[in-house]
Amino acid sequence: MNFFIEVVAGGLLAGVMYSLVALGFVVIYKASGVFNFAQGSLVFFAALTFVSLMERGWNIWLALAVTLVAMVVLGIVIERTVLRPLVNQPPITLLMATIGLTFVLEGLSQLLWGSQPHGLELGIPDVPIEWLSEKWNINISQFDLFGALVAGVLVAVLAVLTQKTRIGRALRAVADDHQAALAVGIPLQHIWAIVWAVAGFVALVAGVMWGVRNGVQYALTFTALKALPVLILGGFESIAGAIVGGLIIGASEKLAEVYLGPYVGGGIESWFAYVVALLFLLVRPEGLFGEKIIDRV
Amino acid sequence: MKRIAFAAATLAIACAAPVYAQNEQFVPANFYWVGPYAPGGSGFGGGLIDYMQMLNARDGGINGVKLTWEKCETEYNNARGVECYERSKKHPPTGATVIHPLSTGITYSLIDKATADHIPIISMGYGRTSAADGRVFPYVFPLITTYWSQATVMVKFMGQKMGGMDKWKGKKLVLVYHDSAYGKEPIPVLTDMAKEYGYQLTTIAVPHPGNEQQAQWQQIRQIKPDWVILWGWGVMNPTAIKAAAKIGYPRDKIVGVWWSGAEEDVIPAGSAAKGYISAGFNAPGADFPVMKDIKKYVYDKGKGEFEDKSRFGSIYHTRGVVAGIVTAEAIRNAQAKFGKGKPITGEQMRWGIEHLNIDEKRLKELGATGLMPTLKVSCMDHEGSGLVKFQQWDGAKWKVITGWMEPDRKLVRSMVEADAAQYAKEKGITPRDCSKDSL
Amino acid sequence: MLYREAGQFKSTYAEDQQIFPIRQDRIAMLALLVVAFVVVPLTGDQYWFAAILTPFLVLSLATLGLNILTGYAGQLSLGTAAFMAVGAFMAYNAMLRIPHIPIVGAFIIGGLCAAVVGVIFGLPSLRIKGLYLAVATLACQFFVLWAINRIGWLSNYSSSGVITAQRIEIFGYPVDHSEGKYLLTLSIVSVMALLAKNLMRSETGRAFMAVRDMDVAASVIGIPMMKTKLLAFAISSFYCGVAGALYAFCYLGTVEPEAFTLDLSFRILFMMIIGGAGSILGSFLGAAFITLFPIFLNVVSKSLENALGIEISHAIVSNTEAMIFGGLIIFFLIVEPNGLARLWQITKEKLRLWPFPH
Repeated sequence: MNFFIEVVAGGLLAGVMYSLVALGFVVIYKASGVFNFAQGSLVFFAALTFVSLMERGWNIWLALAVTLVAMVVLGIVIERTVLRPLVNQPPITLLMATIGLTFVLEGLSQLLWGSQPHGLELGIPDVPIEWLSEKWNINISQFDLFGALVAGVLVAVLAVLTQKTRIGRALRAVADDHQAALAVGIPLQHIWAIVWAVAGFVALVAGVMWGVRNGVQYALTFTALKALPVLILGGFESIAGAIVGGLIIGASEKLAEVYLGPYVGGGIESWFAYVVALLFLLVRPEGLFGEKIIDRV
Repeated sequence: MKRIAFAAATLAIACAAPVYAQNEQFVPANFYWVGPYAPGGSGFGGGLIDYMQMLNARDGGINGVKLTWEKCETEYNNARGVECYERSKKHPPTGATVIHPLSTGITYSLIDKATADHIPIISMGYGRTSAADGRVFPYVFPLITTYWSQATVMVKFMGQKMGGMDKWKGKKLVLVYHDSAYGKEPIPVLTDMAKEYGYQLTTIAVPHPGNEQQAQWQQIRQIKPDWVILWGWGVMNPTAIKAAAKIGYPRDKIVGVWWSGAEEDVIPAGSAAKGYISAGFNAPGADFPVMKDIKKYVYDKGKGEFEDKSRFGSIYHTRGVVAGIVTAEAIRNAQAKFGKGKPITGEQMRWGIEHLNIDEKRLKELGATGLMPTLKVSCMDHEGSGLVKFQQWDGAKWKVITGWMEPDRKLVRSMVEADAAQYAKEKGITPRDCSKDSL
Repeated sequence: MLYREAGQFKSTYAEDQQIFPIRQDRIAMLALLVVAFVVVPLTGDQYWFAAILTPFLVLSLATLGLNILTGYAGQLSLGTAAFMAVGAFMAYNAMLRIPHIPIVGAFIIGGLCAAVVGVIFGLPSLRIKGLYLAVATLACQFFVLWAINRIGWLSNYSSSGVITAQRIEIFGYPVDHSEGKYLLTLSIVSVMALLAKNLMRSETGRAFMAVRDMDVAASVIGIPMMKTKLLAFAISSFYCGVAGALYAFCYLGTVEPEAFTLDLSFRILFMMIIGGAGSILGSFLGAAFITLFPIFLNVVSKSLENALGIEISHAIVSNTEAMIFGGLIIFFLIVEPNGLARLWQITKEKLRLWPFPH
């Protein structure tokens, strides 16, 4: 029983880590209908810049601030050079443009900072909480809890940003219809620059959290893969969906791996998440929190 | 249209190619400098090139034949690897006469092609284990040690640590492996040894890329094994070490394969990696005479492959240097037989590798005592050594903790021959007769 | 001027309906085929066959398969590589277990097995649409690779799960040279491209496009949804399966399951988009761009280095190449968002008038 609780809790917390990456996708998809394939590269770029600055002896907060500025600049540049010329193009074209962006970003990151992996530690040890493991023999990592806390704060900030502020309202208007938003005088370009900057910020947070776990290296771009089933399950345009989706995927894939895996040769994590998402979708084809699709002829 | 433009451009480039001197031996440097595995590719490639550069600067090449090379980016991708191979095959002046694919996948893709083209493949510590049977695989050389030899040495090492192989009885061993052809490689050997020594083996697969391993290590926590073997690659390694720390599994009970045992595998794991052990067929360090020569003749002249000098003497770097030594010695060997001071062909190179005999004396002359084990290749045995060392991460650098250890040759050899025989049957190959010395 | 159809009259329906109604297109196509089948084998060398043309053709076929599903029938798929893997492993098993089977027979068996897998994973498409459908094919991608790694029978119980393609023989003649493999690939790809072109002009093809453009409307006018969608999955997977078998037999020779990762699926998707969704020609253009252009960049940068006599760190060169490649993708999309095939069409339009624009 204790072990079951440990697996579930660990799975939920792992799911939060997936959600962190998924949030970046959601922010951009919400505001522009673009599935940003380059989110994984953004995560890599942000974390690598941050850790490289720190290794050059910068203060952690200064490095964080400078990286953030870099991400904002990057967002503006992407808006100018990639998105602005592609306004009103079909989603598949925009998707392809972000794929092109992936090559550019990955090349740029390695060009600037090299391809050697780096270690990253934030001073919060990734070890089990003692009293829990002593009393009930349940292992829950302190760092995982910290990750959950960060994700919670991030979601709160994003929710306030999109629901309560002027920018947020404009953002939602843009998401509904680019042209209608333009027509009522919303500066589309500014909105997109802001959105990409926010996604850059989310990428930085995700990159730092994953960087502690895996080291800061090229493989951080793979974190995007972990976010895919979460997105599909939660719905591409829902912040709450990203969190709930992450929790469901995390818990179910860990349970499957631990309890089902040994009977079929293990390693089923790789596809189990997609099967879970598929089952949910068969019931609700637009994702858990996705907007209902209404077909009109 | 695009193709025509491409052809035209290629033609233009071919015409603009520089003129090459006659007395040069071309060695392709098809490795990877970008992407997730760049540390391995650039480190190994850097070592190989550094060594060749040192030979050119110190000795003027091999018996006066200068070594040349050209880098080609494979991105650790089969398709790009094949393209690079085909390109380097006709590179002037000699074309490729030997190839280090540095990827198990690319090695598999090249076995057929290279055999047909008569270009020997040196897959040092990776690739197809059963290629150690030189009768079936005349052009493939998994030199020094193979995965299977290594797995037997690992079990032996752990047995020694426990105070004897008889202590294995009733113990638990877990293999955490990258879920791929590479990762599955040791399973048959470990299973066989489990029967012999009476330990209980559990294998746990980690799906690619392995950046999330919580469930796997929770399983390990339940099993409470006496030892864990880590068979990882890339980001899977630091993640595994971190995950072990997270469940409180002692790091000095984890033994990694040599692709899990470089600085790049432990540095990202930070302090969690302290005490972690890994196998290796080359030792790290900048103090071997050969490394000092590389420093003197290459780096002190402002050349050398690494801008980041801290990588000098790292595991991947010295592994590349060992590759350089093996390659250069084989060329020297072939020249001695087919004409000193002349470039050699692929067939002659094959002869050269097959008759390699690097003993303690030669190692001393090369300045590589302790850097690599002794090596004696033959037609029957394309592995040539099988010896493995173990090293432990002390938080800042790798420390070698054992001497060269012997594998279980009998077991490995019988499995190699069985697998090679099956391959020969499937492909319709008649194994050659090793009693005749053939070109 | 060069490309004028004035003066070409159609007097029968058959003439009006032929694949290339314009004479210049017919001549160009014929010339291309002659070049591919005769001139290239006579003049090309092994590098071109083994490293450039064969992979280009194989990936074109896979892109064509994806194009049938995604470009024509509008069902997004990220499982192309998995279908290819099924094709490769089943073709290997067919050769291994069925005595005296001709190589083309093995390829067809590989393709059919891929089609079955495609239909199974296509079932959710009846309920799930758009980006969300990617989940079904992603599940397929990961599940198939996992299963291949687990089921020993598929790789004839080789310890590492690697298969080695058998020798190819056609009518008793061994095809073991890269030139022969190129010709075999080219023949298969040509025939299958022709079939696809015709299929898309038939009732089935039009049903696919109706489903793509608006599936509710399509079902209202009486197109059977289940049959059409599943057929699209089956045909597409068949093409991918054959491409996978060619990938193993004519290109790599020995393959591990990891040759067919998600990465390959994505690359084929890039090829389809950059070439132009819903275009046979686009499949070839896209495959050419994605496979050949990085090599081209690499060759150019090498020669630049040689010509200028400077030595730049290789990592810098490689990374710059990647950036240029990505930048060019974005540039092409800005110039022509509908892919290279559309660009080619515009060129043809221009050529009709050129050099007298009025």
